[in-house]
Amino acid sequence: MISYIIRRTIAAVILLLVVTAVTFGIFFILPKLAGQTADQLAQQYIGKNPTPADIAAVKANLGLDQPVYVQYWEFIKGIVSGATYDLGPTTVQCNAPCFGYSFKDHLEVWPQLTQRLPVTLSLAVGAAVLWLLGGIAAGVVSALKPGSFFDRSAMGVALAGVSLPMFFTGQLALLLFSYKLEIFGRTYVPFTENPSQWANTLFLPWCSLALLYSAIYARLTRSGMLETMNEDFIRTARAKGLRERKVVVRHGLRAALTPLVTVFGMDIGLLLGGAVITETVFSLHGIGEYAVQSITTNDLPPILGVTLLAAFFVVFMNLVVDLLYATIDPRVRLS
Amino acid sequence: MTELSKTGAAVGEPVRSGDAPDAFLEVRDLKVHFPTDDGLVKSVDGLSFQLEKGKTLGIVGESGSGKSVTSLAIMGLHRLGARGKNVRMSGEIWLDGKELVSASPDEVRRLRGREMAMIFQDPLSAMHPYYTVGNQIVEAYRVHHDVDKKTARRRAVELLDRVGIPEPHKRVNAYPHEFSGGMRQRAMIAMALVNNPELLIADEPTTALDVTVQAQILDLIRDLQKEFGSAVIIITHDLGVVAEIADDILVMYGGRCVERGPVDDIFYQPQHPYTWGLLGSMPRIDREQTDRLIPVKGQPPSLINVPSGCAFNPRCPYADVPKDNVTRTERPELREVGGRHFTACHLSQEDRTRIWNEEIAPKL
Amino acid sequence: MAAIAAVSSAGLLLSACSKADDSSDDTTKSAGANAATKEVVNASTKKGGTVTYASSDAPESLDPGNMYYAYGFNFSRLYARPLMTFKPGPGEKGNELVPDLAEAAGVPSDGGKTWTYKIRQGVKFEDGTVVTSKDVKYAVERSNFARDVLSSGPNYFQQLLDGGDKYKGPYKDKSEKGIASIETPDDNTIVFKLNKPFADFDFLASQPQTAPVPRAKDTGVDYTKKVVSTGSYKFEKYDEGRQIVLTRNPEWDAKTDPLRKQYPDKIVVNLKVNKATIDKDVMAGDTMIDIQGTGVDAQTQAQLVNDKDKLANTDNALGGRLIYTAINTQQKPFDNVECRKAVQYAINKVAVQTAMGGPIRGDIASTVLPTDVPGYEKYDLYATKGNKGDEAKAKEHLKACGQEKGFKTAISARTDRQGEVDAATAIVGALKKVGIDAEIKQFPSGKYFSDYAGVPKFNKKQNIGLIMMQWGSDWPTGYGFLQQIVHGKAIGQSGNTNLSELNDPEINKLLDDAIGNTDEAARTAAYTQVDKKVMEQAAIVPLTYFKVLLYRSPYATNVVSSSAFSGQYDYLNIGTTKQ
Repeated sequence: MISYIIRRTIAAVILLLVVTAVTFGIFFILPKLAGQTADQLAQQYIGKNPTPADIAAVKANLGLDQPVYVQYWEFIKGIVSGATYDLGPTTVQCNAPCFGYSFKDHLEVWPQLTQRLPVTLSLAVGAAVLWLLGGIAAGVVSALKPGSFFDRSAMGVALAGVSLPMFFTGQLALLLFSYKLEIFGRTYVPFTENPSQWANTLFLPWCSLALLYSAIYARLTRSGMLETMNEDFIRTARAKGLRERKVVVRHGLRAALTPLVTVFGMDIGLLLGGAVITETVFSLHGIGEYAVQSITTNDLPPILGVTLLAAFFVVFMNLVVDLLYATIDPRVRLS
Repeated sequence: MTELSKTGAAVGEPVRSGDAPDAFLEVRDLKVHFPTDDGLVKSVDGLSFQLEKGKTLGIVGESGSGKSVTSLAIMGLHRLGARGKNVRMSGEIWLDGKELVSASPDEVRRLRGREMAMIFQDPLSAMHPYYTVGNQIVEAYRVHHDVDKKTARRRAVELLDRVGIPEPHKRVNAYPHEFSGGMRQRAMIAMALVNNPELLIADEPTTALDVTVQAQILDLIRDLQKEFGSAVIIITHDLGVVAEIADDILVMYGGRCVERGPVDDIFYQPQHPYTWGLLGSMPRIDREQTDRLIPVKGQPPSLINVPSGCAFNPRCPYADVPKDNVTRTERPELREVGGRHFTACHLSQEDRTRIWNEEIAPKL
Repeated sequence: MAAIAAVSSAGLLLSACSKADDSSDDTTKSAGANAATKEVVNASTKKGGTVTYASSDAPESLDPGNMYYAYGFNFSRLYARPLMTFKPGPGEKGNELVPDLAEAAGVPSDGGKTWTYKIRQGVKFEDGTVVTSKDVKYAVERSNFARDVLSSGPNYFQQLLDGGDKYKGPYKDKSEKGIASIETPDDNTIVFKLNKPFADFDFLASQPQTAPVPRAKDTGVDYTKKVVSTGSYKFEKYDEGRQIVLTRNPEWDAKTDPLRKQYPDKIVVNLKVNKATIDKDVMAGDTMIDIQGTGVDAQTQAQLVNDKDKLANTDNALGGRLIYTAINTQQKPFDNVECRKAVQYAINKVAVQTAMGGPIRGDIASTVLPTDVPGYEKYDLYATKGNKGDEAKAKEHLKACGQEKGFKTAISARTDRQGEVDAATAIVGALKKVGIDAEIKQFPSGKYFSDYAGVPKFNKKQNIGLIMMQWGSDWPTGYGFLQQIVHGKAIGQSGNTNLSELNDPEINKLLDDAIGNTDEAARTAAYTQVDKKVMEQAAIVPLTYFKVLLYRSPYATNVVSSSAFSGQYDYLNIGTTKQ
């Protein structure tokens, strides 16, 4: 078990290195292929009409005058052992893990990430609770009565949930429940400050996100349950004389939900890397919003930071899912 | 088409209908039909038999002959699950004085596992992969016994020991996939017997096992039957399986009984051409390698469009022996041909005896 | 609908800074549409309350020495006092420059090469330290000469100060002396010595770069996190990328400051709020104003024009900006002025205006200088009936150019600016009618100047003869507006803004002479002349004078839309009636 985790961790670190290398490559090499020079890159961070000396100075300050592999090495070094930044009159020590300074607004990336993570975490976890409850319940009831009125309407709603874009549902929910009816607030408050306010402002984003996901989970649960309830071991459970509810929950659901663990782990991993659209629509200052802004401003260090964080969550959740799977399904062996 | 109702008062039934029988288990004119988009599937279409305690009945037939459906019908498992809403059952199933077809699902549920238990064909898929064997036996016990987990667990270990699982107190914590095929089936039997059922139904209990293990499992069932004194139904496609264990044999074809009788009669004086075919396809140790296993030629009948007349006629080599094309126009009645030996065949007694003696028996 | 009609007819009249009377009734407390461009809306001396602003972005920096956006210049005055500043005033009145940290406007000597300012007595930093001329000198040095770390702001001082090309800035050159061409003979006097006469120097002195920075408290890039205030407010909190909270600065003394009033108790700016959300919040009254001042969302605009009550809280403001098509005078056949004139006549400006979003997004233009920049004079050298273009005249000029059969060219526009692409499409349609076959080439706005349209070689290679452009100057004078886009010296190999690549000795000389001339009236007259010369050269096709539709909360007091800040509301003295 321990050696398994160690091996997986090593593999994860290699994977993350590859991810950052690819991000670096996309950021530097692709524009280069399109004919963009480091000068032009640097110029984006200077005011109007820069002199060649300005460009050279900025390039040197951002390290853009170095070959790409040196920049990459510096970046990795910063994460492992920290880095020192020249602020002008003084230098500042950026402790490991140091993700560098934003090119655009000169803010240190790591505190930005850690500051934003609770927002994204709140959003993802809250929404996950809702969609698991809603999606699984709807899926189970649908599966037990396939073709019934409930099944048809639930799956219809699910289809709509998947098809409706967040831009629509989110905005609509905001307009109706926040602006018109003024039930919900719009300014995020940390849980530690005021839990009820926290829940109040996050309720709409949770619901909007959960609508999307519960639709998917309802369909997954439904098909999983339909399949499981035809399994031989369900017949055995019934042959024992178990009550039908116990058959469904203890025997059916347990087996049907296991594959969902994988999907759920991946979804949470991806969401922790930033629920881009939801955060944008609801003005939540999470990881996803940071990603969007960094990309639109060509700001490499935050892009790298977000990419790395997102990749970390995906890799991490993958590992968690595998470990969890091994405890849920005794047939699975970790090797 | 005959109008059916769940209460079991089927049209055109004998006068006896409705009375509690003397036999421990009596099935009367059982019909199990499934309406589908393609038509009505008549899986079991008028089946009757009796079984006493301490006796073993072998139900033999090809897949799709209705033998498994019969067993599930007795257990009341058809009415459960998503497809349960669609089943149409009629007839009567009397178990120890209680009629099950008309009983409420909950009444049947309470009998299930306690008075009647079942062993399934593939113990790997029939046991839940996520729970330990012990856990599953404990569960089966506690459904019908209000005892704490510890007591139930002792009972499980006891049963595992009884069915011949070595180190039962350890193996009780193992998962089904950690057992060998034979051990798994033993565990399955332990699970079925945990409540001392009076009726045990074994649906192809040895099919998924290799030959040496098959014999062990059959021996185990036989021993346990003696010990517990229960009635046993063994369902199989292989006459060989029931040759030594069954008291009576019932041969099913196309959802109906084509021959029924004491085991010796079925083996030594079989009356129905389909039974002959089954005997011919039975593997036997004392037979030459070269000419063994002559399967019954042709396909099992459609259960939606059952052939008119005798359902076996398209595959029967003797279909043209009786006059007036009667095999294709008239359904043969189940007729007694000897003491407790019945068959449903248009062939005359003389023809059957002649064909058996001259054509079939020498080749077996 | 009546409201739209009123606004659009006002636009078509081309009246200077819309004297258009809006007929909306002022019975409610809403001041009426466009009120803040003409007068102070909700003038009040009421103190207290919290003024809340919102921004869809976060400022690149709050450091007065490291910013360039107009709203940054505007907002920074609350906590940083530059030598000069614009007096809050409606419309063009906002262009008036008044002394702020300085006692009086700069005194030029040596023919405009030396500028001397006296600093007010008794101005203190928020920690109680008295502001001296050295703090101003240091602020200019760090903002203009430490470009490796503070690169976001303009660098006019670097270009103009004598020896500015040699000085390495206070971070690398640690000597106390600093740059020699800024002298501080005493704590209240600062003297700037330039390498050439520069009559607009007071405007440079109004940039936040001249707001004092105490050397001991300067943390370079990190100064944005803790700016030491000299204004009426100081930072209570700067939650990076989320929220700015300003509170009253107790060390600020009204006696040293004729401009600031310190009305609200608190000023809050919520950052990175979704644009649509901001609009809704402003209309709901929760937020006073969208601080970026770039106008409401297209969706909100559509909603507003149909709602007379809400429209009364809007200002359709000019922002000293011109939308135009630069004709590349170096690209064949546009090297021939006749071909350029053909384009001037061919373009249907009404179609272009419609494509850009109608009169609400800009009035039809015929001059280089926008109506709210000094030097503007109304004339139309290439007038066509109803501004809809004149095919016959265009063909006449094509013939004179020797291109009666027409020719092929390309027009560049910014992909992510839909209005610009639509305008280019309208232009292509109009040109087609006279036989000019123009192909639209779209480029991302982030790299429009650095990689594409601002690179003359690139334009040459891609046969780009026409370039879509929007221009606003860093300060509202003819020189500030014109120099960058028509002076031959402004042509650069990358990041070029003189997109016409116009290098006319006469225009160059007029501009050079004007900026050396300390007589304001003569200067302004020269700019009008330059405007006409450029139009004679037909190097620029003015399309519209850009306008934004701003929404102000009815709770906001002392609201003026100032031309000096691209039409934005002047944030200096906005208060609130909301508690």
